[in-house]
Amino acid sequence: MGNVSSGQFKTGMKVMIDGDPCNMVEVEFVKPGKGQAFTRVRLRNLMTGRIWERTFKSNESAETADVMDRDMEYLYSDGEMWHFMEPSTFEQYAADEKAVADCSQWLKEGDKVMITLFNDNPIAVTPPNFVELEVTETDPGLKGDTAQGGSKPATLSTGAVVRVPLFINQGEVLKIDTRTGEYVSRA
Amino acid sequence: MNRNQWQPSAEILTLRERAKMLAAVRAFFAEHGVMEVDTHCLSQAAVSDPFIDSLEVVFSTHPGAEEQRYYLQSSPEYAMKRLLAADSGPIYQLAKAFRNGEVGRQHNPEFTMLEWYRPRFSLEQLMDEVQALVTVLLGLQHWERLSYRDLFKRFVGVDPHQASIEELQALLEPHFECPFSDERKDTWLELVMSYLIEPKLIEPVLVFDFPASQAALAEVVEDGQGVQVAARFELYAGGMELANGYQELRDPAEQAKRLEADDKVRDSLGLPRRPLETRLVSALESGIPACAGVALGFDRLLMVKVGASNLKEVIPFGFERC
Repeated sequence: MGNVSSGQFKTGMKVMIDGDPCNMVEVEFVKPGKGQAFTRVRLRNLMTGRIWERTFKSNESAETADVMDRDMEYLYSDGEMWHFMEPSTFEQYAADEKAVADCSQWLKEGDKVMITLFNDNPIAVTPPNFVELEVTETDPGLKGDTAQGGSKPATLSTGAVVRVPLFINQGEVLKIDTRTGEYVSRA
Repeated sequence: MNRNQWQPSAEILTLRERAKMLAAVRAFFAEHGVMEVDTHCLSQAAVSDPFIDSLEVVFSTHPGAEEQRYYLQSSPEYAMKRLLAADSGPIYQLAKAFRNGEVGRQHNPEFTMLEWYRPRFSLEQLMDEVQALVTVLLGLQHWERLSYRDLFKRFVGVDPHQASIEELQALLEPHFECPFSDERKDTWLELVMSYLIEPKLIEPVLVFDFPASQAALAEVVEDGQGVQVAARFELYAGGMELANGYQELRDPAEQAKRLEADDKVRDSLGLPRRPLETRLVSALESGIPACAGVALGFDRLLMVKVGASNLKEVIPFGFERC
């Protein structure tokens, strides 16, 4: 992989910082009228999730990281690893618990997810913004109460627990926003 | 080039504000007896400032003929001082200025600079005039004037003239990782200013008595505490640097020295040397009236006026659409 100079930094660029691949969340050119130029970058360490601000001088550069996002299909979990397949090549990838992290509660077999590969290894799994999951357990629905008031916990087929309106019954399929973990509607 | 990006980056409504502000600037200076000038954009000389990179242009008498290198002016300063030395009297210019590599939220490689010079004005008088003009243009209230020292003391609790590089680094450390060494104290002062102070300067502040090492083309004087400071001020508002004013350096020998000093810094940083504006030295030798001058970023002024967060929102076509 090559080097990229600070003047060419762009939001979304992936670079190696202190041995870890990092994503440039925000890039700002800083230059006082009299004085030298800097590039201030908000970085997210893709291995640890840490977000911080780092300054580069105008003559500095960074090594680009071999990181790419690929759309894949979730196949199954064997309890230790989560397995995904690239639909066009049928190539399979296994992600560990660290890479899957909180995403595991939204993974339904056959769903499309985004896998971030670093040196061809999955380091992060991003679920679609909305998933449709079945309610496997919740208190019986209250008839007629479709409009207002109150919520109750419901366990979904993936094991995730979300707050749902009182009228929702076991066996219904719900649309969930994975970014907030909130109920959106009946699917 | 992207065919789909034909539209302007600014709203037409904003461009109307821009037109109004240009007219208001001209009315202000007509009323104050300051003459408008429009000096060249192309010059045989480039700016000496090591931290400003001039854009190069090639001139030839006809296609294929020998090429001569010209430079797009990074500010009209040199040309306007040559006019002052030729007894122009007070002058102003709404100049297009060009700076290579400068693209960002507050930067465009080509921008509009309002620059003016006032013979026999003190720095205080010029600050008064900047305040008067900006008040007319933006209607800003709650003006304040602070020395560079008092500004630092108020916002970060250190005296910038006494503070060591390590102390300045310690101020930045909790917020911003700056993993490089730099023996220029100004680098660290500039970082503290840009990161920790400037974003907080929402109400207009005129800052004066800059460190002597940041004098550029300003005279160096002694402040009340016996510290050498640059007779220079800056205007900040809306969390941005808006203007930079000087009690102009008039000593040709000192001017020549600073041009050469800039070239030494260029060498040490591995930057290209470019033709120096020696005609400015000649102009000073022939005599230039004592004067104060200031450059005001016109586009940024408009950003404050319309509440824009990116400079491209206030110019018809930002860099990626030009």
